[in-house]
Amino acid sequence: MIRSMIRVDLPSHLWRLAGLPSQVVQLEVQEPTLRGVLNALEAAYPMLRGTIRDQVTGVRRAFLRFFAEEQDISALGMDAPLPPSVATGHEPLLIIAAIAGG
Amino acid sequence: MSHIRLLIGTHKGAFILTSDDQREQWNIAGPHFPGWEIYHLKGSPVDPNRIYCSQSNDWFGQLIQRSDDGGETWSPVGNNFAYEGVAGTHQWYDGTPHPWEFKRVWHLEPSLTDAQTVYAGVEDAALFRSTDGGQTWQELSGLRRHGTGSAWQPGAGGLCLHTILLDPKNEKRLYIAISAAGAFRTDDGGETWKPINRGLLSQYIPDPDAEVGHCVHHIAMHPSRPNVLFMQKHWDVMRSDNAGDLWQEVSGNLPTDFGFTIDVHAHEPETIYVVPIKSDSEHFPIDGKLQVYRSRTGGTHWEALTNGLPQKDCYVNVLRDAMAVDSLPQCGVYFGTTGGQVYCSPNGGDTWTTITENLPAVLSVEVQTLP
Repeated sequence: MIRSMIRVDLPSHLWRLAGLPSQVVQLEVQEPTLRGVLNALEAAYPMLRGTIRDQVTGVRRAFLRFFAEEQDISALGMDAPLPPSVATGHEPLLIIAAIAGG
Repeated sequence: MSHIRLLIGTHKGAFILTSDDQREQWNIAGPHFPGWEIYHLKGSPVDPNRIYCSQSNDWFGQLIQRSDDGGETWSPVGNNFAYEGVAGTHQWYDGTPHPWEFKRVWHLEPSLTDAQTVYAGVEDAALFRSTDGGQTWQELSGLRRHGTGSAWQPGAGGLCLHTILLDPKNEKRLYIAISAAGAFRTDDGGETWKPINRGLLSQYIPDPDAEVGHCVHHIAMHPSRPNVLFMQKHWDVMRSDNAGDLWQEVSGNLPTDFGFTIDVHAHEPETIYVVPIKSDSEHFPIDGKLQVYRSRTGGTHWEALTNGLPQKDCYVNVLRDAMAVDSLPQCGVYFGTTGGQVYCSPNGGDTWTTITENLPAVLSVEVQTLP
């Protein structure tokens, strides 16, 4: 099994909720896909379950999107491979919340 | 010496206010969970240092936090509120069927006898129970499935189950209220339910005396008389002397009988409080004067309580869960406003002081009277 070290950039509410010291968390991921990243993130930080995707349906919450290499990859599908730069940890996977107050 | 702990849920975090039994000097701690909507937090009557808190926002959904040290520290517990079976549909605003979708927890009601048991009233309307301190939640689906659920329709704030009353003399009996479905009661611990809306008259719905469809805003009960209920409906203040089987209007001489909150004095079961709001389209006090109304006769005859409250240019609202009473010998009454003020009357409403005036919009107020 190939494991990847992936960096995930979290919205401020979520990294504070998880008790992290800063917004970027590094995760060992079994499958370099969105599903693989979220599985690893929720396993490491159970308090994040339900905050990014529905716990039952797995559907991404409406006000969140996933970005890699400055591209919105939210619609690629949960099992699509992440870009190599993200899968190798050179670039972070960004989880970005819709702008509040705009 | 007794002391008081106020649990304040706001639009942007939770605050905990503490005072001695004089209720003159207050310490304000918070915000806890800054930036999050805190619809409600409430302590266990069995273990007052155990406090359950509903934390949510539109971005990240629902969390439940629990404190076991009186609100000093918090830990997230379970937040999986899954409807039992096929969720089905209720009515949407336009009358079309709409799938039941979980949005948030409006109200948490800890058990009167077990610190591990707590009820959650949610939107879209359903009642959940946890028996493991909030780690896991099970729907009491007999409520949603009792027969009228498909006809329930949301009020402006959503299809929310916002009121949960536990009968202290009969652990099998619970009352709940839903906007805009009405009031419901179970006599078997939540297995089966029935609407208790007879006597309610709502001119703003197609059938004014329908079995369900009434926009009940809040219900209050005195623990010594759990068969006597007081209700602030959308319009109308009501009472029932038979556990909700029949309601009668007790709006009496109120200047307006629209409002959201209602509560009962801790030691006088016939003394009740409401905050009249101008109308369903103007959610603020009449003429900019913030007035609590008190009835010492269980309704019908009301007096305005204004001493210490702003009597000009005040255009705030007082939401349904934003009033509470303490149980000190001289009953304290508290309420919070959408303008961020929290008021205290240490003498049953005769005079009021401002505890704090610049919090985010207050969504809920609960009080703990501690030894």
